[in-house]
Amino acid sequence: MVSMDPTPQEWARYTPRERMLRFAVFLFTALAIVWSLTSIDVIWAWVFDAPQQMADLFGRMVPPDARNLPSILSVLLETVNIATIATAIAVVVSLPVAYIAAQNTTPNAATLWLGRFILVSSRSVNTIIWALLFVAIFGPGIIAGIVAIMFRSIGFIGKLLGEAIEEIDKRPVEALEATGASRFKVIVYAIVPQVMPTFWAVAILRWDINLRESTVLGLVGAGGIGIILQSAIDTFNWQEAATVLLSILALVVLGEVVSAWLRKRVI
Amino acid sequence: MLKISQLVKRYGNGAPVLKGLDLEVPGESVVAIIGASGAGKSTLLRCINRLVEPSSGTIELNGLMLTDLKGAGLRAARRRIGMIFQSFNLVDRLTVMENVQSGRLGYLPTWRAVFRRYPKEDIRRAYELMERVGIAHYANKRADELSGGERQRVGVVRALMQEPEILLADEPTASLDPKTSEQIMELLRALSREFALPVLINIHNVAEAKLYTDRIVGMRYGRIIFDAEPAALDTAAMDDIYAGVPAEERGEMVNVTPLRAKNA
Repeated sequence: MVSMDPTPQEWARYTPRERMLRFAVFLFTALAIVWSLTSIDVIWAWVFDAPQQMADLFGRMVPPDARNLPSILSVLLETVNIATIATAIAVVVSLPVAYIAAQNTTPNAATLWLGRFILVSSRSVNTIIWALLFVAIFGPGIIAGIVAIMFRSIGFIGKLLGEAIEEIDKRPVEALEATGASRFKVIVYAIVPQVMPTFWAVAILRWDINLRESTVLGLVGAGGIGIILQSAIDTFNWQEAATVLLSILALVVLGEVVSAWLRKRVI
Repeated sequence: MLKISQLVKRYGNGAPVLKGLDLEVPGESVVAIIGASGAGKSTLLRCINRLVEPSSGTIELNGLMLTDLKGAGLRAARRRIGMIFQSFNLVDRLTVMENVQSGRLGYLPTWRAVFRRYPKEDIRRAYELMERVGIAHYANKRADELSGGERQRVGVVRALMQEPEILLADEPTASLDPKTSEQIMELLRALSREFALPVLINIHNVAEAKLYTDRIVGMRYGRIIFDAEPAALDTAAMDDIYAGVPAEERGEMVNVTPLRAKNA
């Protein structure tokens, strides 16, 4: 709407109607938070008790018991292997999935939906739930862990890679199509070089995440350091649990350092 | 010899962008296509190598009916048509040599393309052409390290690597500074003579078109309204080609007051 007066003196970012609407949204959000806080059943005595409980637990953990360290370290290595193998397989498997899940490269509508279905189903299930499933299929152990991490990673890598494919500069693609190159050669020469940086960044990031996720797989029997941690907690062996927690912390920090270094070297 | 007859292109259900266009380009000649934005110049070029699918009409290149082709036949025909682009359309992260060799993709076995095992004669041809346009020393540089003029030279060499029978240039100098732009036009004209190639150039710079081409085709709203040697392009012809507002011509102007009337 155009004002009749060509040079009015008053200006407001929002009309009164817009202002009311914004206020209503704000009020609704505040009410939703209050409602969700009151609907959960909190036993406040336990919350106020928490500092003492923490001090007590800490007291039982100190000093950490390092007698079992050799076996802890060997299981820690197993944890790293689960993460690395699963990431490597997931990276390879997610390439075709990303290709059919990207709108500009997918062959047809059916493959686009297939690709999206794979991505969504992989991503909507948590690693631990995948692990429970695969422990039931493969039995307890490292294989279930690898497959679980792999299934979760395919969605993550495939989604980010698919988005990278959708955001490429289309002009080189047009130029190479004009030379009479086949679809495959156009992909290799015009699309692959453009998504390479994202590919490496995503693969390294996912390895970093998988390292952390594989430390909890043992809780459901899918291999790795989690098994030792759970048995230590189950037997109230808090001093050994402390050692396990410290070594997980060391592993995660180390993983962070390695992935930062890789990022710098590769990208 | 390129022969276009009764070429029509419409996008969706809209008014046609090209309205029954006829054009013949014999032998080695440099032809400029001029016209306001939206006149259909780009669409015309892209219909020739079928990056844009014509709605009807025929296009024939040296006896080969391009408009009938599909799949592998179309790809084989595209090898015979080199194209140069306004924004160069190089693959930035590949080296100059890889970009140049990508002009051979239509001929290469897939494994050679993937592993960059280019045949000896292709490598020699690449160095000869790069030497010819003055970029041979950049062979191992990444394409995004080059300046605009150098990048367009890579684009030109990529097109020549196809051993084309015709060159299409879609505003090849529009992203370049005036000096570089003249050099590229000069280069295109010289290459047309050396390789006995017809060259079709979409261009906005009419002064350059007059200076470097043998023939000027003026387009307006999907029709050719001028076709003569550069000397014949006078002020009256220019006014015809560039006059008017595209929307007005297409009959889309309903309630918009012309700018001049508003200011008066």
